[in-house]
Amino acid sequence: MKLFEHEAKTVFSNYEISTPQGGLATSPKRAREIAAQINAPVAVKAQVLVAGRGKAGGILFAVSPREAELAAKKLLNTEIKGFKVQSILVEEKIHVQRELYLSIAVDRSNRCYVAIASSEGGVEIEEIAAATPEKIVKVFVDPLHGFRLHHARQVAKRLGYSGSRMENLATVLLKLYEVAMDYDAELAEINPLVETPEGKFVAVDTRLIIDDNALYRHSEFERRLTEEGEAELPPLELEARKSGLAYVKLEGNVGVIGNGAGLVMTTLDVIQLYGGSPANFLDIGGGASADVMAAALNLVFSDPRVKVVFINILGGITRCDEVARGILGAKGRVGFLKPVVVRLVGTNEEEGRRILTNAGIHVLDSMEEAAKRAVEIAKTGG
Amino acid sequence: MGVLVDKGIKAIVQGITGTQGSFHTKLLLDYGTQVVAGVTPRKGGTRVHGVPVYNAVKEAVKKHGANASIIFVPARFAADAALEAVEGGLKTIVIITEHIPVKDAIHVMARAKQHGATVIGPNTPGIITPGECKLGVMPAHVFKPGIVGIVSRSGTLTYEIAAGISAKRLGQSTCLGLGGDPVVGLSFVDVLKMFEVDEDTEAVALIGEIGGNLEELAAEFISREGYSKPVVAFVAGRTAPPGKRMGHAGAIIMGGAGTAQSKIDAFEAAGVGVAEKPSDVARLLAKRFEKEKYI
Repeated sequence: MKLFEHEAKTVFSNYEISTPQGGLATSPKRAREIAAQINAPVAVKAQVLVAGRGKAGGILFAVSPREAELAAKKLLNTEIKGFKVQSILVEEKIHVQRELYLSIAVDRSNRCYVAIASSEGGVEIEEIAAATPEKIVKVFVDPLHGFRLHHARQVAKRLGYSGSRMENLATVLLKLYEVAMDYDAELAEINPLVETPEGKFVAVDTRLIIDDNALYRHSEFERRLTEEGEAELPPLELEARKSGLAYVKLEGNVGVIGNGAGLVMTTLDVIQLYGGSPANFLDIGGGASADVMAAALNLVFSDPRVKVVFINILGGITRCDEVARGILGAKGRVGFLKPVVVRLVGTNEEEGRRILTNAGIHVLDSMEEAAKRAVEIAKTGG
Repeated sequence: MGVLVDKGIKAIVQGITGTQGSFHTKLLLDYGTQVVAGVTPRKGGTRVHGVPVYNAVKEAVKKHGANASIIFVPARFAADAALEAVEGGLKTIVIITEHIPVKDAIHVMARAKQHGATVIGPNTPGIITPGECKLGVMPAHVFKPGIVGIVSRSGTLTYEIAAGISAKRLGQSTCLGLGGDPVVGLSFVDVLKMFEVDEDTEAVALIGEIGGNLEELAAEFISREGYSKPVVAFVAGRTAPPGKRMGHAGAIIMGGAGTAQSKIDAFEAAGVGVAEKPSDVARLLAKRFEKEKYI
């Protein structure tokens, strides 16, 4: 789960990482009030969960409360990369001597956390990695010992710091690690971390992504997610999340339902290979009761772009006859509103096929043949 | 013989009294896997399909000399169960459970390494050496004893490809699922090394997907070490959009890294045959062995 910048900043400041003075506004009037309180030039920042917000025009600057109000008015009415701006963060503008990058992330292949730092902050880490890889410092964290102050000092030193500034920077990094551990972060990032002319370090922009599988340990955010949904998700994905289905909306017109993430991903690829374009990813997992199948069909049918639905099931532990009954049950409940192509193989496939054929549903046994058929229907309408 | 599991495995099932644990215990027993005990805290003293249940791993190990475990414990308690297995001295630990927090998985892997235990998973279908031993949840009838070692990051896709390999009468030496999570106990490279020294394995099918860089590391390893056995790769997720999790927690393209294309390019650069669609894996392997027959 991605946290909004203002949520992440609240967490960071609770860990004594300094963040710019400011406040959250949902109206231009409130933005003006906050700017008046700050009584200095401010940044007005759209709270949207998309990368590249600055470049997309999501950050404006204002030198007076009146200007802040106008900036807020402008942002609150726009969409940024397709997402509506519902709130804005009004913050004091920080004087920059230098912009740094700091993060704690998961290193998958080394099976540990990694502290990443760079003296070239302010742009995305991928850009730094491409342009000046030598300016990235990485320290892998031993899971059994953790990240300690001496590790943090080492990082600060490698970025060229000494004395009290080295100590201050190391402290920020150590606190960032504590945030990452306490919040089960997939990524805890400060970019830029601004070094001011006075030698202070201020977290000007922050990102905190919580591991979805650990959300049960962070009930305050889990509640926000179930109540309001993740603002970045398209409506169909929100609905899928509520019914516990793994669904991803794509741009094409061939709807897909299958069991197992790898098989469904491959189904999408095969559809594309045969000249079609998949409308979604939808993994119903093990088992395929009428309930689950009906929910899946409802979801896929409700996408207006979908012209045909390809159900690709490989029965393993789940028997094909159970799957066939699930499909029939779902058909009885929601109807086949659009053409459906079924591919069903695996345990008890003869029985499964017989059940569906008797009900007038044609079943194919090759995934590739079925994909071709679905693509054809999408192109010609049947 | 295959790798990691054989007839000598004496397994315990952690979470044996749950629906999944009990169901699969029956299938493991039917396959001939030696399931010597089950563990469920507070359910000690009962039996499941005739298998004695204990409260703790250490009791089960002491009474039955177990050396492996398969874990069906719910996500919130699964890491703890795995740590108990590690500390109990078990050397092969299969974690079937999905949705374990990454932080917990990282800790489990570090402890396992310290104790010299091999962890398969989490979020894996497990491992099978056809005709000898199954420590997993895969449908056994798909697999036939044979010469292809399969290593994969997914479940049903693996069954699809394994069925194709069985149909071509090549069969499998061992089939191992690394698991669909971002942090798992084994890498493709680890398993390639095992297959390299396994007498029964004559070729390898490597089934990858988007996310992370395990495939790129495998390609690099194959070309650097001059891997001695033919490898055919398949990579799922060519059409996956960036930033979206495709079912598996680990199947996500982040910041432009982990795309299917990057993996395919790496394999091709290493001279590894890349199958365009699942059925091509068996076809490419079969062609390889037909050719060799006539040389």
